[in-house]
Formats: sequence, structure tokens, C-alpha cells
Amino acid sequence: MTHTFVGMPPFPTAAREALADTQLRHNLVHATATIRGKRAGVVAEVENWEELRLAGAAVKDRALRGLDERLVQLEESLTARGAVVHWARDAAEANRVVVDVARRHGVDEVVKVKSMVTQEIGLNEALQAAGIAAWETDLAELIVQLGGDLPSHILVPAIHRNRAEIRDIFRRRMAEAGRPAPADLSDDPAALAAAARAHLREKFLRARMAVSGANFAVADTGTLVVVESEGNGRMCLTLPDVLVSVVGIEKVVPTWAELDPLLRLLPRSSTGERMNPYTSTWSGVTPGDGPQEVHVVLLDNGRTRALADDVGRQALRCIRCSACLNVCPVYERVGGHAYGSVYPGPIGAILNPLLKGTGDPQTDSLPYASSLCGACFEACPVRIDIPEVLVHLRSKVVDGHREDRVPKPEAIAMRSAAWTLSRGPRLGFAERLTGTGLGVARRFGAARWTSARDLPAAPRESFRAWWRRTDGRLDDSGG
Amino acid sequence: MTPVVEVRRAQRGASKPARDEILGRVRSALAGVEPDREPVAAPPGVRAADLVARFAERVADYRATVVHRAPGDVAVSVAAALPSGARVVVPPGLPDDLRAAVAGAVVDDGLSAAELDEIDAVVTCCRVAIAETGTIVLDHAPDQGRRAVTLVPDRHVCVVRAHQVVADVPDAVAVLDPERPLTWISGPSATSDIELDRVEGVHGPRVLHVIVVEETG
Repeated sequence: MTHTFVGMPPFPTAAREALADTQLRHNLVHATATIRGKRAGVVAEVENWEELRLAGAAVKDRALRGLDERLVQLEESLTARGAVVHWARDAAEANRVVVDVARRHGVDEVVKVKSMVTQEIGLNEALQAAGIAAWETDLAELIVQLGGDLPSHILVPAIHRNRAEIRDIFRRRMAEAGRPAPADLSDDPAALAAAARAHLREKFLRARMAVSGANFAVADTGTLVVVESEGNGRMCLTLPDVLVSVVGIEKVVPTWAELDPLLRLLPRSSTGERMNPYTSTWSGVTPGDGPQEVHVVLLDNGRTRALADDVGRQALRCIRCSACLNVCPVYERVGGHAYGSVYPGPIGAILNPLLKGTGDPQTDSLPYASSLCGACFEACPVRIDIPEVLVHLRSKVVDGHREDRVPKPEAIAMRSAAWTLSRGPRLGFAERLTGTGLGVARRFGAARWTSARDLPAAPRESFRAWWRRTDGRLDDSGG
Repeated sequence: MTPVVEVRRAQRGASKPARDEILGRVRSALAGVEPDREPVAAPPGVRAADLVARFAERVADYRATVVHRAPGDVAVSVAAALPSGARVVVPPGLPDDLRAAVAGAVVDDGLSAAELDEIDAVVTCCRVAIAETGTIVLDHAPDQGRRAVTLVPDRHVCVVRAHQVVADVPDAVAVLDPERPLTWISGPSATSDIELDRVEGVHGPRVLHVIVVEETG
């Protein structure tokens, strides 16, 4: 029932398939336009929005620039408040921690709060392999999980599904996972939400263990923060006895007071609301209230690789709001699946290569999945200059091929151009051949280039030839 | 507490190489980067002229019910917010004037989730309310109860005293104690996961009823 992004084709191939899906494109245009409109409305209400963005970026930068000290401080404050802190270098280590906790408590199921990081590490698959069912409880994640599907948006993972498709998924699949959908279920969103409520309530009431991520982790107080809408997060964070939170090390916020600008920026950028319905914060264990055994897994999984990149480091400021997806002309047309990762859109196009490193054809295709229009940078609440990082990563991708035994056609073209342009006589000779060259190119071999671009028509006369003929006098332009 | 301590010791031991390696990687990634010592000062929030009016307007925007009452009328309003025959739970520290309005209510003494699921409504106070965002914040003190109490029942009646209303998010962050568990509530639970159509009422209380008590004098 669970799927992963492993083995996805490079972006251009995946994008071509997505573009052919008219239903997908219709759903995406509707959804992204709706969120864009809502966001614009509530952002316009805040007079000092630009100052707020600067403050949000500064808070995350401060956390990242002193990350070693912050992490040690976070560990100390969490431990002092009764939480057990684990460290995981990679996905496998993090998954092992969660599976071990589940096994020690003898549970065969866990309830999950929507979390990007547990998708990144493939936790559901790891739990499944250990015989433990992981129930996604966010409505969209439930739709994706029941449909045996992949998420396609950070905030609205089932953005590619319309109401009729969702009704069909619920009617076909809910029964195998627990309480079945009502036989007469309609495709009214309220009825679909009610079916999800009934289906998940029995799971919330009996679950003994929950797994969450965290939007923020405050170093000086050991406070984790989960921002949500439906109340499924509160259910998971409150009712079970055992809670494991998997937290990327870049989620650190230095102090409690510095959480403020981020809590003002996130909901307006993300769902286009002044504030999301529910925000939960907790610091370790509270006797008599909520889970009495609390674990926090601090995860690297490539974050230190991104941190070491002077230009790319800013991507770790990301607070996963997804505003950049909704304004991106590329995302709006191809959707999330084409990016082949849980992190799609402009942020995914930089985050994946930064976390995984360049060198793999799928990852290397992502920095090119952009027109560099800059809309993502303008929308980003923590001012990540995504176009700057895209260009930087493109150069890394190109650098990775400098030593190739068989150079790419682009590299050959660039080398020939450099050779030609570096000497006047060579250029003069080449100019005389421009017309012939373009004609040959048009006939043979340039089809891949011209499928999406025009080859310019050759001028009748080169500049040098014109100069020789007229000595630069415009009245003799000949024409 | 012994088992937890043992678990902690065992696991810290197990993940110590990971801890040291991650911190080592962070340090080498940041070689030559100067940390910023001073906390970031964020710009001030919005400050409406009439905080209580702004709060009520913003709560109503979330399709929650909001009413203003004079102190003497609170009990009546609380009773009116509860459907007749509703099974009601209250936290152990609910003030006497409110307790009187819900005479038949169950007082929470650690009810199980299943027991709470049989209850229709909960009546609580709050720690602070935010005018600009229409948010109430619970810090789960005795007049608000454990987190589960305000989560499982389908109707939450919350009494906000006018002096508890602050202007914007930074004002709330300044008065809240992060060592306590906090629940920030902005309207009833909601989802926009299906075609971006907003639906109120998923897993949290489907009805949020806020009673703002105006102070006299």
C-alpha cells in the first residue's frame, strides 16, 4: 500500500508525463490559484511584512551559524525535561530508533502526524517491514496512503486528487485499514471529512504510540512545536502513552522569544490564514498530561552536507510553508510527482541536490526545473534566494562532468565556442560559415535543441563583411 | 522511574558515535563562520485600537461563535452555549462562577480517552487571547485542564476575560511559559485538503464557542 519515490526518472521525462494529464493540470491550476489568492490577502494585511521576513531569515540563520552549540543546548534542555534524545546520522539510523521504541512497547501500530521528515526517511516502509502499521492521520496523507499514491505538495499532499477520486478511494480502501466508509458516501468535502473523522477516531482512541515531526525545536527551552489544522496532530501528541518525534537538525530556533516571527510568517505563507487552527508546543514530559515517555530523534541525513555549502546553506532556513510551490509556473504545470521527491517545487529543486549531493541523473536534473523567474524568492517567508542556489547547483552539476571521457554535446559546443571566439580570424572564418552551419544544424542533429527553442535565421551578411563593404557608413547600408 | 533512566542511559550510549559524528560534521561545515550572539529583535506586531473588538471579529472569521458578556451574565451565557442534555466535562480548577453554570458536569480526574469520547462538551478558561489572529492559547493550568479534555469532546466553550486579550503574537509569546504544554486554538478544527474547499470540523472540536467577558470599572 505504500509507495516510494525510488527509481523516478529525471525531471524532463517525468514532467512530460505529468503535462499530458489534463485532470492533474486542472486540479493544480485551481488549487495553486486559490492558495495564492488567500496568501496575498493576509500578507497584504501586515504592513511590515518585509521586516518580518528579514527577522525570520535572521532567526534561522542565527540558529544555523551556531548549530553545534544550539544542538547541544537543545539536547540538554530536552533531557532536563524528561525526554530521551537520540541522534541519527541517516535514515536507517532514525528508522531503527523508532522501530526499537515500538518493539520495546510491543505495539503493532502507530499513529502519525503529517511530517515531511518521516517521509524523507521512509519511516512507514521501515515500520511495515518490522510488522508495525503506520497510520497517517492528516486527511490528505490518509488519501495518499489509502490510494497507494505519492504526495505531490508539501502542504496539500493530495492536491492532485479531486473529490470524486477521493470518494472512490475511501469507498474502496477504508475497510481494509479499519472502519469502512459509509456505503452512501457522497463526494461533498464535508461528508468526506466526516468519514475520515469516524475512520481515524477509533485509531486515536486505541493508539499507544505516536510518531511526529516538528516545525520548530526551541534550543533554550527544549520546546517542540507542531503547527496543524485538523486536530489529528493534537490527537497524536496528546492521547498515546509514547511519543517519538523525528526532528531534522535544521529545525532549531535559538530561543523561545525568537519563535515569534516564525509563527507570524508560517501560517500566512502556508495556508493563507492569519493563524492555523492548532499549534501545539511541549517541552519533554508533563506529569499527568499527555505522553509520559517522550523521545526526540535528531536527524542529519544530508543536512550537514547542505550546511557546508556556503551558497546552499540558506536552504536550511526553509520552514516548509510551500509558498514557493504555489507561485512557481513550473510546479503549477507539472505538479509534485515530477520532482521525484517528497520535497517538490522550487525548494525541492535545491534541497534534494543539497541533501543528497549531485551526481545522480535524477537529482542533477532538478536545478534545471526552473525558468529562474524569481517568484519563489519573493514569496519565501525566510528569504531563501532560490534562483541564486539553482544557478550555483547548475554549476556544480556541470563541474561534475568536466572529467567525463565522453563530454556532453553542450560541453563540446561550449569548448568550440571558446576556441572560436578567442581569436578574431577564427571568428571571421566562422562567421562566413554561419548560414551554412545553421542550415546543416537545422537538417541534422539539432532537433533536440529546436523542439523547445527557435534557431535564429542567419543574417545575410556578417558585421565584418558589412564594415568592409561600407566602412561603417549607415547611408550605404546596402540592405 | 528506573526503567526510563535505564533506557535513557542505554540509548545515549548507543547513539553516542552518531552524536559525536553529527556534531563534528556541523563544526567542520561551519569552519570560519562566526556565530551571531545577539537574539534577533523582530518588528512589533499590529496593535488594534480596540483589542477586544478586533479579537471578536477575527474569531468570528474562523466561523467560531463569539459573544460578549458582562461579568454577571457569564454563567447564563455558558449554560446557553451548551445544548440541553449535553454531557459536559470541566477541569478541576474551573472558577466557581462558571462551575455554577454547569452543575451536572463531570469534573475531570484523569478520565480515559474512551470516557472523554462519550462526553459532548467541555467548558474552560484560557491563558491568553490574541486579538490580531483571533487565537486563544491554553497553558493547561487547572482552570483549563489536561490537553485531552479540550480535544476529544466535540464542543469547546472557552471563557476569555477582556484583560487576557493581547494585541499580537509577540505579546502572547512574551507572557507564555514554554515549560508548560501550550495549545494555540484559532477557530474550530478545519481542513482544506479536498480541492482547497474549507471544511470546519475534522478531529478536534467541531464547535468552538468563545465567551468574552467585558470588565466593569
